[in-house]
Amino acid sequence: MAKKLDESQVRHVAKLARLDLTDDEVARFSGQLSAILGYVEKLNELDTDSVEPLAHCLPIHNIFREDVVTESLDTESALKNAPQRIDSFFKVPKILEDDSGE
Amino acid sequence: MADELLNLTCKQLRDKIAAGAVKSTAVVEAVLAQIADIDDTIGAYISTFNKHALETAEAVDEKIAAGESMGALAGVPVAIKDNMCTDLGATTCASRILENFQAPYNAHVVEKLLAADAVIIGKTNLDEFAMGSSTENSGLKRTVNPWDMERVPGGSSGGSAAAVAARMCFAALGSDTGGSIRQPAGFCGVVGLKPTYGRVSRFGLVAYGSSLDQIGPVTRDVADAALMMNVIAGRDKRDSTSVSEEMAPVCDYLEKLDEDVKGLKIAVASGFNAGADEHIRNALASALDIYKNLGAQIVEVKMPHLDYAIAAYYLIATAEASSNLARYDGVHYGHRTESPADYIEVYSKSRAEGFGAEVKRRIMLGTYALSSGYYDAYYLKALKVRNLIRKDFTNVFEKADCIIMPTSPTTAFKLGEKIEDPLQMYLTDIYTLAANLAGVPAISIPCGFDADNLPIGLQILSPAFTEEKLLRIARMFESKTNYHTHRPKPAEHTK
Amino acid sequence: MSELEYKLVVGLEIHVHLATRTKLFCGCELVYGGEANSRVCPVCIGMPGVLPVMNAQAYEFAVLTALALNCKIANFTKWDRKSYYYPDLPKNYQISQYDLPLGEAGYIEIPLETGRTKKIRIIRVHLEEDAGKNTHTLGNFSAVDLNRAGTPLLEIVTEPDMNSPEEVRALAVELQRIVRYLGVSDADMQKGHMRFEPNINLTITKAGSEHKTPIVEVKNLNSFRAVEKSVAFEVQRQLDEFAETGLTMASGNKSTRGWDDENEVTILQREKEEAHDYRYFPDPDLVPVEIDAEWLDEIKLRLCELPIEMQKRFVTEYKLSDYDAGVLTGDRFTAEFFDTAVKAGADAKRVCNLLTQTGMKLANEAGCNVADLGISAEDLSKLAKMTDAGDISATASAAIFEEMVKTKKAPDVIASELNLLQKSDAGELEAVVDEVLAANPDAVADATSGGKKTKKARGFLLGQVMQKTKGQANPKIVSQILDKKLS
Ligand SMILES: [Mg+2]
Ligand SMILES: [Zn+2]
Repeated sequence: MAKKLDESQVRHVAKLARLDLTDDEVARFSGQLSAILGYVEKLNELDTDSVEPLAHCLPIHNIFREDVVTESLDTESALKNAPQRIDSFFKVPKILEDDSGE
Repeated sequence: MADELLNLTCKQLRDKIAAGAVKSTAVVEAVLAQIADIDDTIGAYISTFNKHALETAEAVDEKIAAGESMGALAGVPVAIKDNMCTDLGATTCASRILENFQAPYNAHVVEKLLAADAVIIGKTNLDEFAMGSSTENSGLKRTVNPWDMERVPGGSSGGSAAAVAARMCFAALGSDTGGSIRQPAGFCGVVGLKPTYGRVSRFGLVAYGSSLDQIGPVTRDVADAALMMNVIAGRDKRDSTSVSEEMAPVCDYLEKLDEDVKGLKIAVASGFNAGADEHIRNALASALDIYKNLGAQIVEVKMPHLDYAIAAYYLIATAEASSNLARYDGVHYGHRTESPADYIEVYSKSRAEGFGAEVKRRIMLGTYALSSGYYDAYYLKALKVRNLIRKDFTNVFEKADCIIMPTSPTTAFKLGEKIEDPLQMYLTDIYTLAANLAGVPAISIPCGFDADNLPIGLQILSPAFTEEKLLRIARMFESKTNYHTHRPKPAEHTK
Repeated sequence: MSELEYKLVVGLEIHVHLATRTKLFCGCELVYGGEANSRVCPVCIGMPGVLPVMNAQAYEFAVLTALALNCKIANFTKWDRKSYYYPDLPKNYQISQYDLPLGEAGYIEIPLETGRTKKIRIIRVHLEEDAGKNTHTLGNFSAVDLNRAGTPLLEIVTEPDMNSPEEVRALAVELQRIVRYLGVSDADMQKGHMRFEPNINLTITKAGSEHKTPIVEVKNLNSFRAVEKSVAFEVQRQLDEFAETGLTMASGNKSTRGWDDENEVTILQREKEEAHDYRYFPDPDLVPVEIDAEWLDEIKLRLCELPIEMQKRFVTEYKLSDYDAGVLTGDRFTAEFFDTAVKAGADAKRVCNLLTQTGMKLANEAGCNVADLGISAEDLSKLAKMTDAGDISATASAAIFEEMVKTKKAPDVIASELNLLQKSDAGELEAVVDEVLAANPDAVADATSGGKKTKKARGFLLGQVMQKTKGQANPKIVSQILDKKLS
């Protein structure tokens, strides 16, 4: 039986999720995720054409805060956990200008 | 003497401390000694705050000696699951990716505990990012069940449940996304309450499935669960999904706890419990008999969509998780790979190195469920089924005050037994997931033991924001039984 | 090769920073500049466990703008997460609005050359959070500053209704004018408050059939000049490319280009390996927004007359030139100051001249708006009326304006203090006229001759009267007296 999620799909999803998987992981996930997706198929037994999706359990809306300034962190605390920094910036390897940023 | 002390409930201990009969310092010392004694074996704690705990206890003792009025948990040692942020030390989520992360702030519940003069002893182990049902997915350490060292404590709040059961604290906080408080409570023979979604602020709780996550207490009895709720429940303006006082007022959950619910109607979903082990079905039947003797009426109801809860849950929770965990990328905090070739590798390698297998698996599943071309078939479909499941609950709660079902289909299983088969592991959550999908409160209380002397959990679910009644219903059972007073003997195993 | 016939088609995506005090989902203060990562908190750094809470003011600003853009306001909206990995996006998702934008199906009317306007349709208006800032100019690494992360950003998307670089620019400028009128954004281009992304292609007619060139999106333009220039550049580039390759629009061949401001060219940006897959889904940490009629009415009260409407009204009602009306409606304070002065009874053209010739010069020197020079619209109106009545000369009015700004005194007080009031007493002036006529019989003869010297001689006589009164005679009155005496 063809897998629900073959290895090339696993690799594609891993790229979307920014996970550098080993070949071994790719093979394992392909099997495990296919089994899970196979199980999930059971949802198709239900006719949901006229059912609204439920993203929030709570019937609440319009929760706002006033536009009032609260204290920011001091720069040292903000950068305390940074793996690398340069002056008061977070430091990363050079970002190539592409269209990732929106 | 120390042992007697450690066996007290929070409520008993608080009263003794407040009356000056017991010093908080002595209690904290006893708890730290117990941890030093047995936690090498149990593995409940990721970190302890010995210095902070002793200092807090001293301060409490001084204030009590000075006659000052104190909070509801004055001097009581409590533990928190290590996915709630504190500025007392690291917040790891049992993940290597956050191993050294120091939050510059406290979770709302931590602030509440501190304001109630509780003594925060330390932070408990969990399945990495709360993803799991056995605590075996911890990236940092192993926790075993205090009732049987070969078995899992349940999960993901396995550390909290094990710590409470093994007298390494008097109460603990857990988080419950699909059963992560109730199932380990059931496995460890303690009480675990998942409040209504929105009842307790999630601010400072590291998100797994944000529309499902809820913080709740793990305690030794129902009264302590009520006491803990008195401390942590309520609106927090930093969490948009924590509900207002107008919508659902917080009440004193202890006040009427011992009043029986008159004319109690209990629903049982017909056919749904058949998949549980025989011991568990028997315990459930006995429990229903006890309620009948208390005058309750049992009604069989149909909840046709509960069978779909696992499928819907694992799509919704993982979809949210894939997004919630995107932030762990080695840029602003957390683990960063040693020598990335470029900035993309900072992401893909740091995440590959930092996350364990189950977290990766769930991120993969959730990413797939949201990805272009699959969203409607998986994620959207799951949201629709979630609505159907909620409607099942709404219908039942028109006819009954609560629903009773097992907490889990089995008692605590063996370490390693299910870890290689994630789907089998997911299927163990069959009874707990629906409460999260519907947002309703649910409690697990001890209701017996199987042939191996492993605790069995009884689960009671009630309508949204009826925790007060839910606790009273649970208390009715507890007051007629003594399962909750049994304790494991982990010390004997270690010595 | 012969010239190709073509039509330019441009749609614009605009991002505007809203001028709230704090960020969209946390209380960090919005301040331009300052030390990197000094305006950040656990929420906008995206630390574990933190949650966003909506800024009410940002939402209202967004709705107000959508109303001004004639959009239909959604009474139910929600927040969605848009996933992509970038170091300036701490959570690696942006909180935005996907399928239910707060405003839809509107239009913006933009002024074109003299008097002509054009309606550009708006597809959608939605609110989202801005990212931080990456700095790349530092050798082999980049530096990330999150001060900007979480700034409320209004995204406005137009239909491809623009057909020239000038129209694209006009839309950008008009939008700036609108958001400033509404007070929802400082719209300071230097501070990056507005960013533009035109989608450009051509419909080329060749041998009787139409060919559409592939769409190019130019990213992150932050000046009007760059907007106009980049579109103009793309026209030529796409024409050349079509001539060379014959490539036409097909699914998947849309490309993204950056703008090189120095060389004034667009540059192809690196294509990503996989197509965008933003995996939008509703943000579970935020609750939906429902706008009822009452709230909407409350927001509508904050709408003002739009600049383009004011500009048109100044032309039709006040008979100003389109140019003058455009200058006066450049900003709301000037326009309203002007309008109030005119409504206080002064001649519109006179007030316009005072403001554009003297007022704006003074405001420029003071580094403020004309409305903030410290003089009231009523006093300005009075000054205009005095000038028109001939109580003061046009030259004197400018001097008085300056003095008003300096001393804050009323124009009539200044005029009399500085002795700038013109003589309008007919009896007194008649005596002077008589003197002048008596002294210049030749000119009188010419002036009454009816011949071609009449006009010049009359002017000479008027000049003599003005000289004798040291310029303080009201030329209108003198002229009337001369008319009478010479008839
Ligand atoms: Mg955008
Ligand atoms: Zn902030």
